[in-house]
Order: sequence, then structure tokens, then C-alpha cells
Amino acid sequence: MPGRVITITSGKGGVGKTTATANIGVALARRGQRVACVDADIGLRNLDVVMGLENRIVYDLVDVVEGRARLRQALIKDKRLPELQLLPAAQTRDKSAVNEKQMTKLCDDLKKEFDFVLIDSPAGIERGFKNSIAPADELLIIVTPEVSAVRDADRVIGLVEANEKPSPKLIINRLRPAMVKRGEMMDTADVLEVLAIELIGIVPEDDTIITSTNKGQPVALEDRSAAGAAFTRIARRLLGEDVPFQVFDESPGLLERFARLFRNP
Amino acid sequence: MDFLRRLFGRSHESAGVAKERLQLVLAQDRTNISSETLNVLKDEIIAVISQHVEIDRANVQVSMTHTNQGDQLIANIPVIAARAPVPPAAERPKRARSRRAHAARA
Repeated sequence: MPGRVITITSGKGGVGKTTATANIGVALARRGQRVACVDADIGLRNLDVVMGLENRIVYDLVDVVEGRARLRQALIKDKRLPELQLLPAAQTRDKSAVNEKQMTKLCDDLKKEFDFVLIDSPAGIERGFKNSIAPADELLIIVTPEVSAVRDADRVIGLVEANEKPSPKLIINRLRPAMVKRGEMMDTADVLEVLAIELIGIVPEDDTIITSTNKGQPVALEDRSAAGAAFTRIARRLLGEDVPFQVFDESPGLLERFARLFRNP
Repeated sequence: MDFLRRLFGRSHESAGVAKERLQLVLAQDRTNISSETLNVLKDEIIAVISQHVEIDRANVQVSMTHTNQGDQLIANIPVIAARAPVPPAAERPKRARSRRAHAARA
């Protein structure tokens, strides 16, 4: 049974594609799936650093495509999770180094050895994006509940559908329940109403993402953080499990409001 | 007062504003109608409608918007009437009462 190629994209930069790719990959691998994470952001690689594998890069995606290395040589096995491997991007080239046909061939090869091939798409809608969606069997769109991110996501959804790819699924990232409660941030329903695609996950804003990236230890490796738990739920849904969506309710009590008043005049 | 408002109050509902702005901007993005195109459309609509009925050209409005029925192109065209407008009932002269009063006196 060939693997599933899933591209994680967004349009807007900085909304959490790389973090999501790393953590969904980790969560799937923890559940025994063979996962290959592919960094398609040639020239601005980051998946290696987020996964904590930056010191083990010998060959990269461009080396494989140009025939200087075999796929097996370029893939880095994660020592924490043997089922998880990374194909890093090149850092000294740019998106023109690879084309859609080459990406599709690469993923066809990866599909034979892995249950999941997760492609971390670069931001934008140019060559790098086109390369990353070409081989996709499924797509995940990452969005934050902000005007610019949602606008860009809408454009990307349009482009994906124009490319006759299956309808993407949505991950709402960096939700801040307290702000939603105060009416200062759009909620899940607002975003879904505007984008009108199927939801696959909601990930709350979580400071442990910063510390985990600092250390190169994706949060989904352990069961301690809210964001990690959210990524794990997404992995379970990808595996066909019917996991209900978390209701984030962070309404500060009266005493806490009182305390805040004196802290922030 | 401010103290109490911050203790009990809700914020300025900027999330609602964000959603409305998004729907408007996406209505334009999705249909790919630039403001240039809208201006051309407006001139052409004025020209066509003017062939059949007199309109108030200066106050014609054409825009992309978002409603309950989805994204819509809306044209508001004030029409210039052929006769003066009829005043509402309350302003018409009260002749009936004075006739009865006149009859009662007689």
C-alpha cells in the first residue's frame, strides 16, 4: 500500500507550517507510522532546525534530484523515533533548482518506503509552492485567525482547487481563547464561515513551541503541552480516528481580572 | 468609571470588524474585479439604463459586496420620477370637518 503524500501550506509566512509538519510527523511516528518529512523551502531551510537535526545534514533534496546522492543517503533518521526521517532542503540554492516533475518523482520513490510523506511548503504562491503541491495526494492549509492569513489562505485554496487537487483541510493555528472570549480575535466558526473548507485541527497559542524550537525538541514528543496535544489529535484524525474538537474556554475569573487591573494600569 | 469598565466590560468587538472586512475583501479578490473594472462597469451601466429611463447619474453606486446570499455585485441607481411626488395624507387640507361644523351651526 503506497504512502500518502500530504503537503502543508498556507500562503502567508510565519503561521506555523514548519512547526506543524515537524509535530504532525512526530505524532504519526509515535503511533508507529513510517514518516518522511520533506523540506521544500529550498534556500531558507528550517525543518531541520525545528526538528533538531541540523547537525546531521550531509546531503539534501537538491543533491538527490541532481544525482549526487541517493535518497537513502540524504534521508536523516531521527534517533528519538526510528520511524521518522527528514529530507532536508538545500541552503545555498533557491527554488529554481527543482521542478514539479522532479518533486513528483522524488515523492513517488518516497511513497514506496513510507506511510506518510509530509511536505513542508514554503510561503508564497510561486515556484516553491507549485513544486510542493504538485506531488500532493492531500493538502493541509495552516491559518491563524487574522485578516491577512485568512485572505492568503483563501487565495491558496483557490489555486489548489484550480490545480485539480482534492479540497484541502484546515488547521487553525495560534488560537488565543482569552482574546476570542473578549471579541478581539476571530473564532473558529468565523474562519470556517469565510474559508468554507473542512476543519482538521485547532492548535492554541503555546509558549512551549518557542522553547521546544530553541532546543530542537518538537512538542509532540511528549504529552505535556496544549499545542503538542493538538498536533497529536490532528495525527489521529489523519489516521481516520474520530476525535472531537477541543473547546478552548479560557475565561479569566473575576479575581484574576481584578489582579490584572493593578498589574497593568 | 474606566476602572469599572475594565473590570466588567467587554472589548470593542474588533473580531467582528475583522470578519466583515475579510468578507468584503474576499468578495473582491475572488471575483477578480478591480476598482478600475468597477468604474468601467458603472459607466456602461449608466449608459445602458439611461437609454430607457432618466436617472440621477451623479448618485449611481456600483460595488462588490458580501451578503447573506453570498458575494454580490450591487448597483444602486436613483431614478428621476416623471411627476412631482404626492404628499402624505396628514398634510392634505381638512375640508370635511369645517363642512360638518358649518351644518351644525345652521
